[in-house]
Amino acid sequence: MTDLDNPAQDGMPARFRPPHPLSALLFALFLGFFLWSLSSAGISIGELIEGLPNMARIGAEMVPPATDRLEPMLRSVLVTFQMAVVGTVIGLILSLPLAVLAARNHTPHPVVRAAVRGLISFVRTVPDLAWALFFVASVGLGPFAGTLTLIVDTVGFCGRFFAEAIEEVDRGPPEAMNAIGAGPLDVIVCATLPMALPSLINTGLFALEKAVRSSVVLGLVGAGGIGAELATSMEMFRYDQAATIVLMIFVLVMAVETLSSHLRAKLIGGRG
Amino acid sequence: MTTLHAPVRPGFEPAFGHRARLPPVRPQADPDTDAHRGASPESPAVRVEGLTKRFGRTSRPVWSDVSFSVPTGQRVAIIGGNGTGKSTLLRCCLRLIEPDAGDIHLHGQKLDGRCARTLRHLRSEVGFVFQKHNLVPRLSVLSNVLHGSMARTRGPRQWLQSLARSEDRDYAMYCLEQVRLGHLAERRADHLSGGQSQRVAVARALMQRPRAIFADEPVASLDPQAGEEVMETFADLARNHGLTLVFVSHHLEHALTYAERVLGLRDGRLDLDAPTGRETLGSLRSLYD
Ligand SMILES: Nc1ncnc2c1ncn2[C@@H]1O[C@H](COP(=O)(O)OP(=O)(O)O)[C@@H](O)[C@H]1O
Ligand SMILES: [Mg+2]
Repeated sequence: MTDLDNPAQDGMPARFRPPHPLSALLFALFLGFFLWSLSSAGISIGELIEGLPNMARIGAEMVPPATDRLEPMLRSVLVTFQMAVVGTVIGLILSLPLAVLAARNHTPHPVVRAAVRGLISFVRTVPDLAWALFFVASVGLGPFAGTLTLIVDTVGFCGRFFAEAIEEVDRGPPEAMNAIGAGPLDVIVCATLPMALPSLINTGLFALEKAVRSSVVLGLVGAGGIGAELATSMEMFRYDQAATIVLMIFVLVMAVETLSSHLRAKLIGGRG
Repeated sequence: MTTLHAPVRPGFEPAFGHRARLPPVRPQADPDTDAHRGASPESPAVRVEGLTKRFGRTSRPVWSDVSFSVPTGQRVAIIGGNGTGKSTLLRCCLRLIEPDAGDIHLHGQKLDGRCARTLRHLRSEVGFVFQKHNLVPRLSVLSNVLHGSMARTRGPRQWLQSLARSEDRDYAMYCLEQVRLGHLAERRADHLSGGQSQRVAVARALMQRPRAIFADEPVASLDPQAGEEVMETFADLARNHGLTLVFVSHHLEHALTYAERVLGLRDGRLDLDAPTGRETLGSLRSLYD
C-alpha cells in the first residue's frame, strides 16, 4: 500500500524554512550598520600597504632586543607585579563584604542589594584607563595611582562574580545553621563561604591574571610600572628596548597564568 | 584496628575519665532560666494552633488549620503521601518557612518570627536533622559537629574546631562517639558515606544539647541497614535522655516501631492523630489511598 518510490512526503520537514520577516529585517539592519562602520573604522587597504615597509623596518630594529637597560627594566617589571598583587589582594578583601551585601540570599535588605550592585556595576563599567587617569590626576604619577586603579578594577570584577558564587550556594547547609540558631554572620562564615570557596578562589586567581595584564597598560598613562618604560622606548624610537620589554611582559604574564592554573588545580581539589 | 582518638592540641591528653564526667546530652532543665521565661515543666514541647501555609498568593494551601500538641518526651511520626506538606510542616514549626496563619509554641514559649533573639533561642533548643544531611563540605567532621554549639555560645571560637575551647571540642567528640564516629573526626565532611554523614548530622544536633529533635525523613537516602542504625540512634537518645522526637517518615514500619504516636497528613489537613498502639499497619496505609 505504501508508495515505496516516494516515501514519507507528508511528515518530512522542509530543508529550509524562510526566516521570520522580523529576523530578516534585523539582519539587514545589522548588515547595513556593519558596512557603514567599516568606513568609520578607518579601514583602508592602501594605508595598510603603505604601512607595511614601516612595520618591517620596526620589526627589523627589534632584533636583537636591547640588553643595555636590563636592570631598571627588571625592577619595573617587579614593581608592576607587586602593584598587581597588592591591588588584587586589597580588592579581594573589599569585594567580599560587598558581595555578601549584594547577594540575594544574604543581603540585609533588597534596597541595600540594589545599591551595592549599582555601585559595583558602575565601578566595572568605567574602563580601567579612565580610573587610572582619574587617580593620576588626584594622587599624582606613580605606582600608587596604578594600585588604586587595580583595587577598583578588582572590586568591579570580583564584587559581581563573588555575589553570583554566593547566590549559587546550596541552600541546605545554611538552612541547617539557621535551624541551630546561628546568627547571620555565623551562617556566612561557617556555611556559605566554605561552600563558595572553590568559586571564590577561581575568581580571585582570574582577578590576579587580569590585574597583571592591565597593570602593564596602566604605566602608559603614568600610573607606574613597566608600561612607562615601554612608552619611553617607543617615543625614543628604541624599538630594540621595546622588544625586550614586550618579551619581559610576555614572560611575566605567562608565569602568572601558569602559576595560577597550578594553584587553581591544587587549592580547589585540596583540603579546605 | 582503628583507635578512637580525638585530634587534640599537642600536650593535651584525651582522658576518658574526663569525658565520662561530661554532662548528659540534655542537662536537667534549669529552673532559674526556664521559669523566668514562663515555661513550666508541663508545657508541651511543641504546640501549634491553626497553622496554614500556602506557596504563592493564589494557590490552594499545602495544608490548613493544622493543630496538635506534643508533650515533652513523646516520640511522634508524621506520615503522608508525597507532596502532602510533611517537610513544610516540620520547617514551619521552627519558622524556617514562614506559615501564613497560626501560632507556634516551643517548650511553652511563643515562637515569634519578629524577634530574632527569641527565634534563635527557641530554635537552638531543637536539633533539626534534614533529609539531606546538610553538612558543610570542605570542613572537618569535628568542625561540623562543633557548629551545633552555636545554639549556646556564639562567636568565632565556634566556627572551626581549631579555634574552639577544649570543653567544646571534648563535648563535640563525645557527641561524635554517641553516633560511633569518633574515629572520623578529622575527615572532611564530603568524604563520608551517606549513612556516616547523616550520623554526623545527628551528632551536630546533639551538640546543641537539644530538648527535642525534629527529623525530616532522616533515613530516606540511606540503605536499609544504615537507615535502621540512624533510627535506632534517635530512639535510644530519645529514651535515654528524655528528648522529644518528631520525625517524618515514609516507612510505616519505622513509624510503628520508633514512634508512640502518628500524625497523618492528607488532602491539605491533619487527617490522623493516633497512638501507634491502636493503629495497625493497614489503617496507616489507608492514608495513602
Ligand atoms: N519553596 C517552595 N515553593 C513553592 N512550593 C513549594 C515549596 N516547598 C514545597 N512546595 C510545595 O508544597 C507541597 C508540599 O511539599 P513538601 O512539604 O516538600 O511535601 P512532603 O515533604 O510531604 O513530600 C508540594 O506540592 C511542593 O511542591
Ligand atoms: Mg519531604
